[in-house]
Amino acid sequence: MSDLEKEGASACDDQCLEALRELYSFLDGELTEERRGAIRGHLDECGGCVEAFDFEVELRQVVSRCCRETEVPQDLRLRIAQAIESLGESDSQASDAI
Amino acid sequence: MADRDQFTDLAMEYMPSLYSAALRMTRNPADAEDLVQESYLKAYRGFHSFQEGTNLKAWLYRILTNTYINRYRAQQRRPDETSMDQEEDFFLYRHLGELDASRAGRSAEDELLDLFSSSEIVEAVESLSETFRIPVLLADVEGFSYKEIAEILDIPIGTVMSRLHRGRKALQRLLYDFAVERRLVDPKLEASIQGEQGQEVVTRV
Repeated sequence: MSDLEKEGASACDDQCLEALRELYSFLDGELTEERRGAIRGHLDECGGCVEAFDFEVELRQVVSRCCRETEVPQDLRLRIAQAIESLGESDSQASDAI
Repeated sequence: MADRDQFTDLAMEYMPSLYSAALRMTRNPADAEDLVQESYLKAYRGFHSFQEGTNLKAWLYRILTNTYINRYRAQQRRPDETSMDQEEDFFLYRHLGELDASRAGRSAEDELLDLFSSSEIVEAVESLSETFRIPVLLADVEGFSYKEIAEILDIPIGTVMSRLHRGRKALQRLLYDFAVERRLVDPKLEASIQGEQGQEVVTRV
């Protein structure tokens, strides 16, 4: 589909508009089985909508990958472990005292 | 003591996700480290109130976002909602998705990676106002459901959906502006071609 509106007005009109309206809910996994099935059915028949859906999926993957840090600074891990350890100690000392 | 071992076993594995989210929230590594550390200590102290069998990752994110909001948000500004509502849906796809002729067999992902560096993508996400940035991060990066996001942020599901909708629109617009700035897309040319042919075409320079 080279133009969402143009395609919407011709080949599969209402179905395209409906699918696009629910695109994010579909990608977010927030549709009922029935609505999911209806959209899948439409995607099987409409190359234009598949292209739009694919674009959004891939955009999301790119954004997600770029926003994810794989490395946690080593000293942060250490600091947290030590802080938890010392909290644990002071807790157990407190309960010993009681 | 058993509590501590259990906490360490269960909670530490989420540190990379929490640290990523903290970086995107605070926008700088030193604050992100402080935020993660403070959140872990709060989580540890409150671990007895965590109900086993419920979603630990969501619980940790709730602590992280609350800590961020309390500690780093100086003033709660109202988001600039009016300008965003004017954006169309699927802005990027409408304006960039039509590189078909030049892209023969290439995926949208390859095209996107040609158009934007990863630092530009991060910059675009980070320049969203936090009202929209946090839900978008929770959904699109961490994959939380609407219901989980509603619980993490303590807002109704309808609000989650509308913030996601607007945040995603705004993100696409920001990315498009990067492409224009880098002269990968020429909006004047785009407009003139649209005018002549009555359809959208994007030309790369």
